[in-house]
Order: sequence, then structure tokens, then C-alpha cells
Amino acid sequence: MLNFSLKELSQSLEKKKFTSVELTQFFLNRVKKHNASLNAFITVDESKSLAMAVKSDQLIQSGKKSILTGIPIAQKDIFCANGWKTTCGSKMLENFISPYDSTVVQKFNNAGVVNLGKTNMDEFAMGSSNETSYFGPVKNPWNLNCVPGGSSGGSAAAVAARLCPAATGTDTGGSIRQPASLCGFTGLKPTYGLVSRYGMIAFASSLDQAGPMAISAEDCALMLDVMTGHDEKDSTSLNRQKENYSNSLDNEIEGLKIGIPKEFFEDGLDSDVQKLIEKALKQYEKLGANIVDISLPNNHLAIPAYYVIAPAEASSNLSRYDGVRYGYRTKEYDDLMDMYFKTRQEGFGDEVKRRILIGTYVLSAGYFDAYYLKAQKIRRLISNDFKAAYEKCDVIMGPSAPSTAFKSGEKQEDPLAMYLQDVFTISTNLAGLPAMSIPAGFVNELPVGLQLIGNYFEESKILNVAHIYQKNTDWHLQIPKGTE
Amino acid sequence: MSINKEEINKIAHLARINVSQAEVGQVQKKLVGILTLIEKMQEVNTDAIEPMSHALDINQPLREDKVTEGDIRDKSLSLAPHSEQSLFIVPQVIE
Repeated sequence: MLNFSLKELSQSLEKKKFTSVELTQFFLNRVKKHNASLNAFITVDESKSLAMAVKSDQLIQSGKKSILTGIPIAQKDIFCANGWKTTCGSKMLENFISPYDSTVVQKFNNAGVVNLGKTNMDEFAMGSSNETSYFGPVKNPWNLNCVPGGSSGGSAAAVAARLCPAATGTDTGGSIRQPASLCGFTGLKPTYGLVSRYGMIAFASSLDQAGPMAISAEDCALMLDVMTGHDEKDSTSLNRQKENYSNSLDNEIEGLKIGIPKEFFEDGLDSDVQKLIEKALKQYEKLGANIVDISLPNNHLAIPAYYVIAPAEASSNLSRYDGVRYGYRTKEYDDLMDMYFKTRQEGFGDEVKRRILIGTYVLSAGYFDAYYLKAQKIRRLISNDFKAAYEKCDVIMGPSAPSTAFKSGEKQEDPLAMYLQDVFTISTNLAGLPAMSIPAGFVNELPVGLQLIGNYFEESKILNVAHIYQKNTDWHLQIPKGTE
Repeated sequence: MSINKEEINKIAHLARINVSQAEVGQVQKKLVGILTLIEKMQEVNTDAIEPMSHALDINQPLREDKVTEGDIRDKSLSLAPHSEQSLFIVPQVIE
């Protein structure tokens, strides 16, 4: 059952091969067995999950089932869920019980999906190794000495070890795709604005986007069908016709033009990873696609621009954590100022504080034009690079991450080395484009992800292109040893 | 790119984050690294480029200013570190 697709789980529930309660209990037991070594979940609440499963079973009994009804899905702990502890991986929100549902959670609830629990993550989604979490680091199920990637590292480890059939994640600079690459499953970051950010704890509002993390492209399509849609509660949510992402999965890819940016194969890319990416591209050629050389000449400026824009927005977003209305407050203080200073010193971890300080600096008087405005102009250049590239190709492909999973602790004290993990993913966040990572093989028993970048709103296209590859390969069906 | 300890104390004050004198050297080292990375942006001329604040260049939509949430006062107050008589309690600010 571990490799059942969401469609297979759905059919089995419909045919009464098992109930939602049984299915939920099956995965809760897996969480119980493996979470001690992986630390993928921050909150598991069996009685809550099972109560949801009972309700889903009633829906199924009464014939009111939609496709995902009764299937348990784990939620990244960045999504507010009514009555659930929602920590965002921070001491600041250690005891925060959300009084409302985020739109993403609400949409899954409405579809009869069972919430299997809240997954671990880098604090406030700031990190690429899931080591900045206040609730301890997450381990990579392929090798417990390695990181799972981040920031959606808990969801990543949970999906890879099949502790849940699928999970949600968020991606501000690569936080779905890089862990998908390092843990060997399928993850998708949609076009900016496609999925509502309401109730999704804000990091960098102009970049944050939620998406599915699952075994296959087919599963991601089914989840995306539920997650997307206009939401008045998010002013950046796009008002456009809702699509069905599952309809075009099997379309032919004969004649597909795949753009290969030469900048993705220059220094910094591990040579074994490069070989696997080239092998995957060869396979696409066999399947009828054509390779086109393209260039994204400003890609090397993506990380510098990102580390202005994201911290600037974070410093503003995180000013709300002041110990007054909710969240952590320091124990002893002399006056209001003292309370603010100590609350924020004690409540935030080092990486979060660093980014708040950088953000405050680049927005402070006299520096705005040199940093923030400059970064926004570079963002335009990067976006223009993609526009020019899509004149020549249908999709862009390359590696999702520069290497396989690295050892825990290896980059923890070196922020700059950590930031380079997102060298191939950040530019699509700046441009707002949809992108995926799909499993494309292994180097020394560690997974490697192939990145597919689509033009705006072409989620259907990249899902289709990914699905055709997955019909012809079984990398995405490999399960880490010890978790079978 | 450099940032001195005095500037760090200034931005820490603006950000309302206590950075102790023992920490400031370490913080400075890490921030200098990040600012040096950011400095690469200056390599490219962007004089004629329009800044981009939204990925799809859409405008902020407006809506009617009306109450849409029900009465969530008690629920909201119950989350506060300290509340009394329907008020958020903070240290005295006015003598």
C-alpha cells in the first residue's frame, strides 16, 4: 500500500477495501514507528485525525465522496489549522493554537481530506536543511546522517518515508523543490498567486507560494486541483478560471522543446548530479522531445537579489511578533521596550534574527535605493531572461539542487554555503513561474531531482511532461531502506 | 562591504532585537558575509529598468470596507500572553 497513488487510495476507499479510519490509523502507526528517528512531525494528534476520518467515512458511505475524501495528508506547520498547534518551527509560536483555518487547510477539509498532523520545518521557512527548527532537525530517510533539505523538510521526510501519502509545502526560494530533490519525490511550486496565502504564515510575501509534495506528478495534479482558486482573503490571489490539472497528464510530448540554460551547468554543480540530469534529458529525447540551448544570463544575480528582497519582506512581516497579542513573551522585563527586545531575542533563532537584521538594514534610511530598489530591478532582469527563453522553448529543465543531500551540521555555521543550495530554484520565485522537482536517479544511494520550469500558468504542461517521464521510469517509486 | 558594530547596534534597535555585546562580533562577521554576497548586484547597470514588485505586475484589488468576521474577541484574547477584562496587558507606557 506504501506506493499507492492518491487515485488508487481513492478507488480503494470507494470500493470499501478499507475505511478512512483504517487508512489513517495505518499511516499514524507508521508515524509512530519512524518519527523518533526522522523528527518529521511537530504535532500528531491521533484523536483529531481519527475524528476527521470518521466524518470522511460517513461522506463515503453516503456517496458524497470527492476524489481525495478520506485520504490523510500532512500539513506543513506553516499552515494555520483551527484548533491545531501551529508553530512555524519557532519558539515564538511554540504554544500557538490557531483560531482559524488557512485557505489551503480549509480547502482540504472541504474535500474531506484527513489532517494527519503538522510537519517540521525550518524556523519561519528560513533554511535549506531543516536545521533551524526550534523543534530539532529533521533527518533524511535515505541516510539519517544527512539533511532532508528545507524549509519543507518535515513534509519531505514524511513523504519520502511514506509516513503519509502526500503533504503540503511552501516554496519561497526553493523550499518545496530542493527537499523534493534531496528526498526523492515529486514537488511543485505553482505560479505566484495561484494558491491562496491566507493563513499561511508569512515569510516573504511577494515570493511565498504553497504547493503539493507527493510521490508522483499525477498525485500533485490531484492535490493542485483542490489547492488552487481565487480567494478574496488574499489580495495577491489571482482571479482566473479554475483549471483541471489532471486532464492533460497523458498528452503526447512529441516535438516538445526543452530549453537547457547553460548557466545551470556551470560551476557549483556536482558532476555526478550533472550526469544523471543529462541522462534524464536523453530519455526525454527518446520520448520525442527536442533539446534547445538557452541562456538565463542574470541567474547569478538571483541569490544576491533574493537576499535583499526576502529579508526585507521578512523583517516587516515578522515585526508582528512582539509578545503582545499572541505567541511567546519573555518572563521578566522592566518596561515595554525591554519586553520587545527580550521577547524577540529569546523567541527567534539565529538565522531568523540574521535575516531580520539584514532586512532592517537594507530598508533603513539611505540604503533603500542601493539595495531594495536595485534588487527589484534585478528581479525584472531575471524575469525578462525567462520571457526571452520561452520564445525558444516550451519548458526549461535542469538540476533542482547543486548536490545530493549533505551531512547534518555541514553547512549549519556557514549561511553563505547554505544559501547556494537554492542557486537553481530562486530565480523562478523571483519571476513567479511554476516549477517542479521529480526524481531522476541516485548518486551513492541518495536521490537526485530534475527541475522542470514552466511558463506562467503552465502547471498542466509541466505536470504532463513530468507524468510522461514517470510512466517510463520508476525513480519516484523507490522507498528508503528501513522504512518499507 | 563592511558594517561596523555601531551600525549593528542601530539596526538591532530598529528591529527591536537584543544583540548582546558578547554576540555582536559574531553577528557582524555573518552579516558582512551576506552583505558581500548582496554587493554583487552592483555589477550590473539597471538605470533604465523598471523595478518589479509583483511577479505578474498586477495591481492591488480593493474591496468594500465592511466587517466579514464574526465576534472573535474572546478567542483572540485567549491567545494573548497576558489579558485582563478584554484588554491586552502590556507594561505601563504612560506615567
